Amino acid sequence: MFFSNGKNQRKSWIINIELGTYIMGDIADIAAGRLSADELSKNFDDMYPPLDSRQAHIEASRCYFCYDAPCMEACPTGIDIPNFIRKIQTQNYRGSAIDILAENVMGGSCSRVCPTEILCEEACVRTAQEDKPVTIGKLQRFATDWLMNTKEQPFERAELTGQTVAVIGAGPAGLSAAHRLSLLGYDVEIFEARAKAGGLNEYGIAAYKVPRNFAQEEVDFIVSLGGITIHYDQVLGRNISLADLNVKFDAVFFGGGLGAVRSLGLDGEELDGMFNAVDYIANLRQSEDKTDIEVGRKVVVIGGGNTAIDAAVQAKRLGAEDVTLAYRRGADAMSATHHEQEYAQINGVKIKHFAKPASIQSKDGKVTGIELETTEIDTDGRLNGTGEKFTIEANMIFKAIGQVFVTDTVSENALSLEIQDGRIVVDDEKATSIPGIYAGGDCILGGEDLTVTAVQDGKLAAHAIDEYLANLQG
Amino acid sequence: MADISYNFAGIKTPNPFWLASAPPTDKEYNVVRAFEAGWGGVVWKTLGEDPPVVNVSSRYGAINYNGQRMVGFNNIELITDRPLDINLEEITRVKKDWPDRAIIVSLMVPCEEDPWKRILDRVSETGADGIELNFGCPHGMSERGMGAAVGQVPEYVQMVTEWCKQHSDFPVIVKLTPNITDIRQSARAAVQGGADAVSLINTINSIVNIDLDVMAPMPTVDGKGAHGGYCGPAVKPIALNMTAEIARDPECQKIPMSGIGGISDWRDAAEFMALGCGTVQVCTAAMHHGFKIVDDMKTGLSNWMDSKGYETIDDFRGMASPNVTDWNKLNINFDTKALIDQDKCIQCGLCHVACEDTSHQAVIASRPNGERHYEVLDEECVGCNLCALVCPVDDCISMEPVDNGKPYMNWNQDPRNPYGSAAE
Repeated sequence: MFFSNGKNQRKSWIINIELGTYIMGDIADIAAGRLSADELSKNFDDMYPPLDSRQAHIEASRCYFCYDAPCMEACPTGIDIPNFIRKIQTQNYRGSAIDILAENVMGGSCSRVCPTEILCEEACVRTAQEDKPVTIGKLQRFATDWLMNTKEQPFERAELTGQTVAVIGAGPAGLSAAHRLSLLGYDVEIFEARAKAGGLNEYGIAAYKVPRNFAQEEVDFIVSLGGITIHYDQVLGRNISLADLNVKFDAVFFGGGLGAVRSLGLDGEELDGMFNAVDYIANLRQSEDKTDIEVGRKVVVIGGGNTAIDAAVQAKRLGAEDVTLAYRRGADAMSATHHEQEYAQINGVKIKHFAKPASIQSKDGKVTGIELETTEIDTDGRLNGTGEKFTIEANMIFKAIGQVFVTDTVSENALSLEIQDGRIVVDDEKATSIPGIYAGGDCILGGEDLTVTAVQDGKLAAHAIDEYLANLQG
Repeated sequence: MADISYNFAGIKTPNPFWLASAPPTDKEYNVVRAFEAGWGGVVWKTLGEDPPVVNVSSRYGAINYNGQRMVGFNNIELITDRPLDINLEEITRVKKDWPDRAIIVSLMVPCEEDPWKRILDRVSETGADGIELNFGCPHGMSERGMGAAVGQVPEYVQMVTEWCKQHSDFPVIVKLTPNITDIRQSARAAVQGGADAVSLINTINSIVNIDLDVMAPMPTVDGKGAHGGYCGPAVKPIALNMTAEIARDPECQKIPMSGIGGISDWRDAAEFMALGCGTVQVCTAAMHHGFKIVDDMKTGLSNWMDSKGYETIDDFRGMASPNVTDWNKLNINFDTKALIDQDKCIQCGLCHVACEDTSHQAVIASRPNGERHYEVLDEECVGCNLCALVCPVDDCISMEPVDNGKPYMNWNQDPRNPYGSAAE
């Protein structure tokens, strides 16, 4: 899959999705620059401003320093949260940041993108006490930002083993694995399909969640440990193959993420004005000031996950007049958290529950609207259409009904990993069916579509690889 | 509605809340603002002989705790640095303009009879309601043989008190320094000298913090620091204890007391009164929040008195004093156990870790069905209160007295005491 870098294409941009190539500038009622550069820059800046030191101290002082802290257990990477917060209280910021980064080297991006409201902050005892958790995410950002601003790399590599591990994909899983492997004394070569590292942090998450090139700063921080080389534009199945890497390297970690988006299964998905949200967001993320990003006057987003929310809110923030998000089930079934849904609503996105796409409406090859059918859940819990239909006008329709893993690259003739339900099967230590090949992140069976679990997968895999290679030698 | 006016050793005050002798009472401008805000009285910042003292720049330091500013406070300021004439003129005018308020003048001159007689004559002309002898200032003045240097020697306390009674008609309040080992010695000396009242405590010798960059105490004056006088909420427990010591000392003859030390709100004031104080003096809380805090003090005290059915301050004043006793009079058969209200528990585990790490291993942590559960093991619980103190949820852990059927028995009566009466 090709992604434009957005830098040389100010007036119009080209995206290549699985269904074809479109030049957006041609589409009526779709335009870039609906808002001034100033407004756009404001709209795509930090969604939540960072805490200053005074605010951080007040917030940190709310932490009870719990024993057997529930927040810690709720963190997929197991950060010692009470300990890092206490260190903010005492202005031991370096110690605080190291506590975080030692368990989660992408603690900076996780502090920005984690759905803390269903993880650490939901578990915070102050949620039980007064429905107002310690804002753990914001405190984590405070500490990690402090350290990253010093440009120090606080970790030191162990004695070198002389062995090299290949990592496929420079997303959160791959970067986490690479950092931990390097710490353990391995050299690491990362093969990344795109022009930049960072994965979804760079290409897939709403711009206002990780603004100002943070994703690249974090990559630089990780790589500054040493021993990590990133090879860009290396597409598995095209420039490289899993079988070759398996031969050339002492071990392989696969963190390739998900490659394709689901289609609606309706006629007209090739029409002008139909987009998949993943590619649209990737392109938007690569635009420096967003003045070149085109958006429809009326936009409909189909889906109920974080990508759907991110597409809808960003469309609104680009200046779309009407943005409706349609989801076939109710609010509780959406994979976007309640907090994300509320955020969309305060940004003026209308959320239509219990409505599924019935047909795409068009005129002269261009999208004009979408017909939706209302749904209901029967007594057996099945979702059925009611037969009642309605139409929403749209110049742009985003598909955001989930991504799928393209299994071809890991199940070629020369070498084939065990696949189940379209994902790679791994054991508790993230080992695949082939000895020496490990996998983590969204592409594995049970993957949770969260940055923080991808980081944990990479970390666990690195330790498993270390043990595997030590045993081979032993 | 409760009557919160008071007659303190002959000084009438519309309410028991006075500003202590300190920066807030240094001049007419401040005092008038205080009276406008509703304070019942002021103890004018200590007057001395001319020429006035000179103060340094950089004067206050503070302890902040967990985001809360000024939990403890200290200063290296001296007595008033304004000419005596100006102070006396202002005192005279303010008393004339605010006749219903109490104005007490704090004094400190060298420990000789003449200077005391001279200044008493001058203050007598102002119409002030009383004088307070500053025997407490722990810094600067004590190096010159005044302040705490007098207060630490009971004979001097008695002698100066006698001079003041002899050379003026004022009610004399002796302000006591806490920088001694037994506050009763100086309080008894004041009583012997004929004092009408005592006020306590003055500030405590302190270094509030060390600036780790400058490597010097704070406040730092050109790279150096000196010990100062500590006050604020952190000193209240010390002040309460000293107040209780005097209240229950027969030789102190129930001398009227004006409570000082970390009083920030009506509840603090009521506690000092429960130990026998008729008025209280406030400084740090006013320096932190301004004079408006007196509004809460007055209405809070009045509302609380109404809720308890106390019509005047004397209705409850001193009620807690008889319950202050010596350790060897405590009932050794009394037994209390912690009880955790599971419906209120938020699973923070602080009760467990505090007891497990530092006390009696009496709060058991378990995970039935994965849920955190904390339970008191009665056999191990000694009733120390620690779990209830660390618990962040109000009324979640209560200390429940156990009816063990045993009669009162103190340590002296306890057969386990090798030196007790039962052993004889």
